[in-house]
Amino acid sequence: MTTPLDASALRATTGSRATRLLGILTLAGMGLLVWCAFWWSPPDVVQKDAVRLLYVHVPTAIVAFTGCLITTVASAMWLRRKSDGWWLLGLASAEVALVFTAVCLLTGAIWGRITWGTYWDWDPRITSTTMLFILLVGYLALRRIDGESGDAAQRGGRSAVVGLLLFPNVLIVHFSVDWWRSLHQTATITRLDPTIEGAMLFTLMLGIVVFSMFFVWLLMHRFRLAWLDERVGALGLDDAIRARRAEAHPPTPEGKS
Amino acid sequence: MFRDAALMAGKDLRIEWRSRVTTQQILPFAVLVILLFGMALDPDRGILARASSGLFWIAVLFCSLLAIQRAFTIEAADGGRDALRLSGLDPAGVFLGKAAAIAVQLIALEIVLAMGVVIIYGARITGFPLLLATCLAATAGLAAAGTLYGVLAAGLRVRETLLPILLLPVLAPVLIAATRAFEAALGGVAVEGWPWCGLLAMFALLYLIFGTLAFGTLLEES
Amino acid sequence: MESVIHLRGAVTVLGRFPALAGIDLEVAAGEIVLLRGSNGAGKTTVLRLCAGLLPVTRGEAIVLGHDLADRRGGRDLRRRVGLLGHATGLYDELTVTDNVRFWGRAADAAAGDIDAALVACGLVGALADRPVARLSAGQRRRTALACLVSRRPELWLLDEPHAGLDQDGRDLLDGLVGSAVASGATVVLSSHELERAEALADRVVTIVAGTTDVSVAAGEESFLVP
Repeated sequence: MTTPLDASALRATTGSRATRLLGILTLAGMGLLVWCAFWWSPPDVVQKDAVRLLYVHVPTAIVAFTGCLITTVASAMWLRRKSDGWWLLGLASAEVALVFTAVCLLTGAIWGRITWGTYWDWDPRITSTTMLFILLVGYLALRRIDGESGDAAQRGGRSAVVGLLLFPNVLIVHFSVDWWRSLHQTATITRLDPTIEGAMLFTLMLGIVVFSMFFVWLLMHRFRLAWLDERVGALGLDDAIRARRAEAHPPTPEGKS
Repeated sequence: MFRDAALMAGKDLRIEWRSRVTTQQILPFAVLVILLFGMALDPDRGILARASSGLFWIAVLFCSLLAIQRAFTIEAADGGRDALRLSGLDPAGVFLGKAAAIAVQLIALEIVLAMGVVIIYGARITGFPLLLATCLAATAGLAAAGTLYGVLAAGLRVRETLLPILLLPVLAPVLIAATRAFEAALGGVAVEGWPWCGLLAMFALLYLIFGTLAFGTLLEES
Repeated sequence: MESVIHLRGAVTVLGRFPALAGIDLEVAAGEIVLLRGSNGAGKTTVLRLCAGLLPVTRGEAIVLGHDLADRRGGRDLRRRVGLLGHATGLYDELTVTDNVRFWGRAADAAAGDIDAALVACGLVGALADRPVARLSAGQRRRTALACLVSRRPELWLLDEPHAGLDQDGRDLLDGLVGSAVASGATVVLSSHELERAEALADRVVTIVAGTTDVSVAAGEESFLVP
């Protein structure tokens, strides 16, 4: 339930000491990652310089799927607790995850063009990540509609149920696509050997850490933005109630009311 | 719960019996779709016969979208949603009843489409039991997931456009599994199709259970 | 004795619009209460709130002992409430009898009650087997009323029940309300047929701009809101 607040009680910023510290760390980490990815780590024997794309591609994939999982958990928690925080977290996480999914698909396509000679392949991972993208778009479309109609109490289970099904659906899609492609796997594409070592492994790990931090930083800002938006709506509500009640007490012609 | 489901399904099928929307609009559309596939793909080169499983299930998928939209248009007319909420019907019963009514209509559609695929595309049935089991399992999954997502979109002004984007990605596994199973049943080796049929059954079971549990939330709060 | 409806400072927000901006309403068992107010005052919203269809955003709202702020158990409340609204919830393709049977059975009504409701609402003969799509507005209202009667609700919420009914229909409605109250039900209605409704009601509550906190005498509120 939203509590009435003064406009002055709202800090019109999405930042805090925690986000600033995290932001600085992320920025520094990004710098280190760029150095590691472009200068320090060697090119791959097979993939040559294209391997450097994976330092972005793999972390964004991990973060995107994690974001999707967070939305599912937040939806489940909202259905249990009905608290605004979980509700907003589901939205924030899905939105940020969508951006990372897009980056992941884009870098994947470029990497595929260089390594496999094709932007798209019916690879289980590409297919299920694309489906994740569409599932997220659908969820956000529904959230948008819910956001336009109805307040916290009404907008209800619709988005929560879709959000709850988000990650399970990704799993089901992934599983079925995986099974399907493994039966029809063509031998034309040689997959890269997942065993990488030394500087390359370190860079990849660093990428995962830095992109996770970046994700959390974005998530915090997006969450706080949604929170402020919610509070502004609540402020408007108090005014609206007062204005509507005032209609029942018009000033009488004699001036006494 | 099952009494309410029977009441609901009976009501929906009675409305269909009176209005004939599925038989006079959706069914011709289904036949038209498989004819259009034939026109788009060269009928002489054997593409149609090879692609018949996939085309069959694409046609079913599109028709199920229409059937689901229709099932909830009935309820949206003249405040039916409020009436349903006020009725005292068990939401789980409403879910199962609506899903059952949709499933019955889809089965009828599939029978006609299957005949169309055999006659028009020249598909050859080699594994009839697998064909039947696949149809039943896939239909249960389509109806369960469709009812769940159908009610989500039902109260919204943009339901015609929202439902496909929400539902079709979810149904992608059904399309994959049903098509593989059909390939095995239409000229393939039937044994290879049964695991896919199992996947379909799992999908249907999952959505039936989830829908039974979650439908109350959806009916109450939107 | 516990009141059937207890609203205290009830606020209901639709979208971001406070349709109800503070309603106080006490209704005792067996009462017939008329809600009066101009269009847009919130009469329909009060009735829908009491039926458990809308959430209470602020304030207290207890209907038939059920707290509306508690989202669980709303279904049990709705079973005991009958709402006759602008929308009738009828299926166009089905006949009058089929509709009343469906909604009656949905609420566990006995077959005898359903048949009795059809007769009580004058839905007999050829009319009973006519599809709802081919009914007049008044006949639709009668059918919806029959659905409500067959459920034998404890609380009748009637939103403009006289609208669209002919003289016979209005008499029939008033008679049904009277016999419902005689058998222990409570009735809250809104109506623009003030003379008729005031004669029917025990008490009148005025709503202006979503609130019962009104500073003008009864009968003058129609001048307030354009």
